[in-house]
Amino acid sequence: MSRVGLLRLLVVGGFVVALEVLCRTGVISKLVLLAPSDMAVHLVRVLMSRKADADILESLTDVVLAVVLSVIGGFTIGAMIHSFPRLRRAIDPFLASYYALPFFAFYPLFIVLFGLGRGAIVAIGVLFGIVAMIISTLTAFDRIPRVLVRTASVYRMGPVEAALRVKLPSAIPFLFTGFKLAIAYAFIGVIAAEFIMATSGLGYSISYAFNNFDNGTMYGLMLFVIVLVTVVNAVFHAMERRLLRRWGR
Amino acid sequence: MKRALDLVLLIAAGLIAWEAMHLAAPFALTSPAESVAKAWAMVLSPAFWPHAAETAKAFAYALLLAVGGGLALGLSLGLNRTSAEVAEPIMISAYSLPKVTLYPVILLIFGLGLPAKIAFGTIHGIIPVAIFAMNAVRNVAPVHFKTARVLRLTRWQTLATVVVPGALPEIVSGLRIGFSVTLLGVLIGEMFASQRGVGYVLMAAIGVHDVPTIMATIVLLGIVAVSASAFLLWLDHRLHHRAA
Repeated sequence: MSRVGLLRLLVVGGFVVALEVLCRTGVISKLVLLAPSDMAVHLVRVLMSRKADADILESLTDVVLAVVLSVIGGFTIGAMIHSFPRLRRAIDPFLASYYALPFFAFYPLFIVLFGLGRGAIVAIGVLFGIVAMIISTLTAFDRIPRVLVRTASVYRMGPVEAALRVKLPSAIPFLFTGFKLAIAYAFIGVIAAEFIMATSGLGYSISYAFNNFDNGTMYGLMLFVIVLVTVVNAVFHAMERRLLRRWGR
Repeated sequence: MKRALDLVLLIAAGLIAWEAMHLAAPFALTSPAESVAKAWAMVLSPAFWPHAAETAKAFAYALLLAVGGGLALGLSLGLNRTSAEVAEPIMISAYSLPKVTLYPVILLIFGLGLPAKIAFGTIHGIIPVAIFAMNAVRNVAPVHFKTARVLRLTRWQTLATVVVPGALPEIVSGLRIGFSVTLLGVLIGEMFASQRGVGYVLMAAIGVHDVPTIMATIVLLGIVAVSASAFLLWLDHRLHHRAA
């Protein structure tokens, strides 16, 4: 392992150990924060009891659905916006301030549109993920070498054919960045929506445990979400770096 | 001129789409005209202002802490190559964590009320500000640091006269993102386990399915968020062009 990697492990490990010591010595009350080792014990207990299986599965399928819809939708919309420079210039400030809006407010609207249940949660995940993908598609298309675009027009390709056969392959490394962001944002959107207003799913289970003073289950599931998201993000981050290196940029 | 026209056309198209959605599903959302009228009525009603003030207060503190803390963290980590390399992946994974899962911990630490909202907004905003500041410092040309050494500047002088001015455009980009996510954090904080603030108004309206209030609140928040973001974007472009 590289020196930097080792140092990073030491920093994270040191943080966990410090937390453990502070909790064990009672500096941090048990009612506020469980020691990391206790969290792990509770996580194993919750997973072994298999009570959380349905909620975990539900959240994960919702995230996957939201990611797929965001990536396809975001690429299509991004490609469309990119082919109209005037539209692009006008829409840029709105895209940039998009993430300050509390999408959860649209939940009632989605319930009317998609019915009570998971459709509305997935829709919020898509709302979170899709704009990251649109922005990444725009940046990715900006970096396509001019000569490729000209070649496409020499071959008299239409906008759809040019997008699929020239722009898509050339922009893949940067599109992957959008894919990675869409995953992170879909997680945030789905879990947060479940936390605030759903009646099932991982986010709901955490807030349910919080409301019932069931700190053990709450911290166990919290640890599960943190570890899951960190591992998923780290895997895609590593894939992105390899992709960028292979493309030599 | 052409740009202004495009902007007007875009907003008009958005309003028409909104009106069409209203006609298609009148129970789900109110029309643009109704929403703006309701938003205006809310602004005029005295009951709304304590909530707005509560949110503004929480947001102001959270932004101050996020920007101050993020700059201190980012600048100090960015000055050293090793610390920056060690910290970057940690900060990126912290950024992509669904922070709402941590909200119960914050509520347990700070109790219900203003401090919890401030803390929750701060943990949203501090990381993007720190990441941008750190990378900005790493991208300052080495020759600038050498010049600072030749001129025998102290550490603080280097920071104030070389690092911060050199990194300013990137820092403003970070502030823009920090601003957005801090606002989002404060609002989410108010939507769960809170009795006051705009997020609470929204949540209460969602609870009783009061669509006009929901839409009016979104309109007000949208106006604030988009105009603040547009200002920061304008500043961002100006600084980047000045630097280039």
